[in-house]
Amino acid sequence: MSIEEFISRITAPANNQPGHLLQYLYEIQYRYSCVPQRAIQLLAEKLSLTESHIHGVIGFYSFLHDSPRGDYDVLISDSITDHMLGSRSLLDALCKKLGVVPGVPREDGRVTVDTTSCTGMCDQGPAMLVNGWAVTRLDENRIDNIAELIESATAVDQWPDEFFRVEDNIQRRDILLSDDSNDGAALRSLIDKGDDAILEQIEASGLRGRGGAGFNTGMKWRFCKQTEADQRYVVCNADEGEPGTFKDRVLLNAHADKVFEGMTVCAGVTGATKGCLYLRGEYRYLRAPLEQILQQRREAGLLGNTILGQDGFDFDIEIHMGAGAYICGEESSLIESLEGKRGIPRKRPPFPVTHGYQNRPTVVNNVETFMAAALIAVHGADWFRLVGTGQSSGTKLISISGDCEKPGIYEYPFGVSIQDMLKDCVAKDTQAVQIAGAAGFTIPPAEFERCIAFEDVSTGGSFMVFNQDRDLLDMVKNFAHFFVHESCGFCTPCRVGSSLMKDLVDKVHSGHAGHYDLDEMQNIGQLMRSTSHCGLGTTAPNPVLDTLEKFPQIYEKHLKHSSYEPAFDLDAALQDARDISGRDDAGAHLGTES
Amino acid sequence: MSGSNTFKLDGRDIPFEDGDTIMDAALRAGEYIPHLCHNPEFSPHGSCRVCVVNANGRQISACTQPAMENMEVDNSSDEIMEQRRALLQMLFVEGNHVCPGCEKSGACQLQAVAYYANMLSPHFTHFFPQRSVDASHADIAIDFNRCILCELCVRASRDVDHKNVFAIDGRGINTHLVINSPSGKLGDSRFAASDKAAHVCPVGAILPKHTAYDRPIGERLYDRQPISIVGDVAAHEQDEDR
Repeated sequence: MSIEEFISRITAPANNQPGHLLQYLYEIQYRYSCVPQRAIQLLAEKLSLTESHIHGVIGFYSFLHDSPRGDYDVLISDSITDHMLGSRSLLDALCKKLGVVPGVPREDGRVTVDTTSCTGMCDQGPAMLVNGWAVTRLDENRIDNIAELIESATAVDQWPDEFFRVEDNIQRRDILLSDDSNDGAALRSLIDKGDDAILEQIEASGLRGRGGAGFNTGMKWRFCKQTEADQRYVVCNADEGEPGTFKDRVLLNAHADKVFEGMTVCAGVTGATKGCLYLRGEYRYLRAPLEQILQQRREAGLLGNTILGQDGFDFDIEIHMGAGAYICGEESSLIESLEGKRGIPRKRPPFPVTHGYQNRPTVVNNVETFMAAALIAVHGADWFRLVGTGQSSGTKLISISGDCEKPGIYEYPFGVSIQDMLKDCVAKDTQAVQIAGAAGFTIPPAEFERCIAFEDVSTGGSFMVFNQDRDLLDMVKNFAHFFVHESCGFCTPCRVGSSLMKDLVDKVHSGHAGHYDLDEMQNIGQLMRSTSHCGLGTTAPNPVLDTLEKFPQIYEKHLKHSSYEPAFDLDAALQDARDISGRDDAGAHLGTES
Repeated sequence: MSGSNTFKLDGRDIPFEDGDTIMDAALRAGEYIPHLCHNPEFSPHGSCRVCVVNANGRQISACTQPAMENMEVDNSSDEIMEQRRALLQMLFVEGNHVCPGCEKSGACQLQAVAYYANMLSPHFTHFFPQRSVDASHADIAIDFNRCILCELCVRASRDVDHKNVFAIDGRGINTHLVINSPSGKLGDSRFAASDKAAHVCPVGAILPKHTAYDRPIGERLYDRQPISIVGDVAAHEQDEDR
C-alpha cells in the first residue's frame, strides 16, 4: 500500500477531521517508524493545517518522530522502580549487544534503544515497550533473547507470548473489585429510578475524583448537566502517567465493562451523546480488547442508539490514543490532545465542565471514578458510604511497588494507615514511602500512622516503597529528570525552573554541591509551586521540597563541606573532547589521579 | 453592565467591567503590572508569568485572572517583586540575551521590565543554548537567541494576518519557535514587513533590517522613561521618536 493510500484509508472513517490529527499521526508512526515528510504534506492538505502545526504536534509527543526509529523501537521504562529492579544495567547490556547508544537509531535502520517515562508495569518490571507493545519482567536472559530476535529480524508478533504477559496482581479486594453485578445493571437502575434520582445518589455518596484532585463527582456532573449546550461530552481519563500508578491498567483489563457503564450512566444523567476513552499510548495492547468490549456492548444494547430500548438514550464511546505525554493526564491538556493538538493546559476559568471538548460542557473523570459511579447507581449511596471516612467515602485502589514482597493492586477503604499497607505488602526496613507519584509526598517512618484519605494523604493511587538500603537521592534525581522531560514548556517557572532544579539535583548527586545549592533548590521550588500555570508545575518541586524538609541527611552526605561550589564542572566540559578522541580512561579525566 | 464594581490593587480602588481581567482593569486605571506575553490587542496568554500578583492570598497571573468584586490584589510587595525578578532571571539564562550587543537595547521590554524589577544580575547558571539567526528575509531578521516564547508573533500571524507563518515545536525546555515554510526559513515564507506579526515582538527576536541604529542607543523609548510610565514597546511602534 502506498503512503497516499494508507493515509486515505486512516483518515476516511473520521472524515478528515483536523481534531483526529494525533490519531492519524499515531497510526502513521507505528507503520513507518516515523511520520515521513510526505505524510505531513498529505495530512496538511487533507486537514487544512499547516505543516509546521503538524511538526509541532509531532514534536510535542514522545512517541512521535519525524525521522525513522528503525524496525524496532525499544523503550526501556525509566521509572525509579524499574531502576531499583535493575533496568539501567539491562539497558546498557542491550545497547552493547546491539551496538547502539541510547536514543540514536542504528545505521542499518534496524533498531533504536531509548528510555521512556514509567510504563505502568512497576509490579512486574523492569519493563519496556517494543513498537508500542509492553514487555514485562526483563532480566538478562530475556534481554539476550530480545537482542537475538532483533538481530534475526523476527517480527514482533512472532516474539514469545510470554514476553507480553501482563498480570493483574490483585492482592486485596473490597467493594469495587469484589462486586459481581451484571452488565447493564447500572443502566437498568438508571432507567428504573430516573436520571435525577441517580444523580442525587451520586451526590449523596460523596464520591470524589479518583485521579487525585478529589473534586466532588456529583457536583461535576450537575454543573455539566446544567450548562446550556447543543452537545455534551463524557471523557474517561485513562492517561495513567503518574509514575508508580497502574490500577487503571488493571481496571481496563479486568473490569472495562463497569468503566464503560459508568460513562454511560454519566451520559444518561448529563445528556451527553458522545464519549471518549483517552488511553495512554503505553497501554496500546489494551486497545483491541477494549474495542471488542465496546462492540459487544453495542450488540447487547448497552451502547449506541436507543440504549436498552429507551428512546432518546443515545451514547457511544470512541477510544483515543495518547502518544507519550504525562501532561495529558491534566484534564484540559487531555482535551487539547483529544482535539488533536499539543497538550498545553488551558487557562482556567473557564473549566472543562462548562467549556471542554469542542468548547462544550465535558465531564472528565478517572477510570476508577466511573467504575465507582456505576456501582453506586446499582447499590445506592448508603452502600458506598458504609466504607471509608466522613470526607472520603468508599475505597481507593492503590498500586504498590518498590521494596516489598507482594507488589500489586490493593483496594482499601479510605482511612487505611500507611503502616497497615506496608504490613500487607510485606515491606521490611522501610526508609520512606513515596505516595501519589513523582508529584506526590515523601513519607518518613515517623508519619506511617497517617492515612490514605483526601483529608490526610491524598493519592491517585501510586505507592512506592523504599527500604533502608536505598539512596533516596536517586529517587529525587529520577523525578527531577522526569519533570524536565514532561514539562510542556508553556510557562517560564516550570519550563526553566525544572531544568535548573534538575541541574542542581545532579550537582548534589555527583558530590559537587554546597549548602548554597540547597537554598537555591528551595527558592526555585517555591517559585515553581506558587507561580506555575498548571498542576504539573506547581507539584513538580514536591519531591525536592519534601525531602529537603524530611530527609535532609540524604543531601548532607553528598555535600562538599563548603557554602559555595561553582556550577561549572571542568571534567564534564571535557566530555566532547573525550567523545571525539574515543577515550574514557583515567588519564582522560581530571582529578582521577588523586 | 454596572460601573460600580471595584477591586483593590495595592490599596487603591480599581473599577472593572464584566469580563475584565485584573490586567485589563489595572491598565485602564493607569496602574502598571509588568508583563511580557500580554498585549491588550490579543487574548490573554499567561505563559511568561511575569504579571504574577497575589489575589486574595493566592499567586495568579493578572493577565488571565478575571477581576472580582472586592478582590485584594498585591502588585508590589517584596515577595511579588522577588518572584518576578526570579522569573525574569530564568528568561535571561534560558536564552542568549546580551543587552550590550543587542540592537533592540533601550526599546526591549524584557530589558525594561528587568530594570523595573531591579534585576541586577542573571543569578542562575546560563544555559547557553545553541540557537540560530535567520536573515533570509529581505526586510526582517529573526534572532532565535532572544525568543522568550510569548507567542505574540504566532498569535498575530494566525489571528490578524491569517498567514500562520509561525508555530511552536518541541516540548519542555526544548520548546522553540519555528517558521512555516518549505525550508523553515523566513525568506521562504509568506511573511511581509507590513504584517502585524512583524510589530509585536516584545524583545529583539523579530527585527526590521536596515533601521537598527537610526535612533542611537541611549535615546530610545526606555532610555528616557521607565516602562511603568510608557508601557509596551508595541504600543509605540508608530511613534516618530521611538
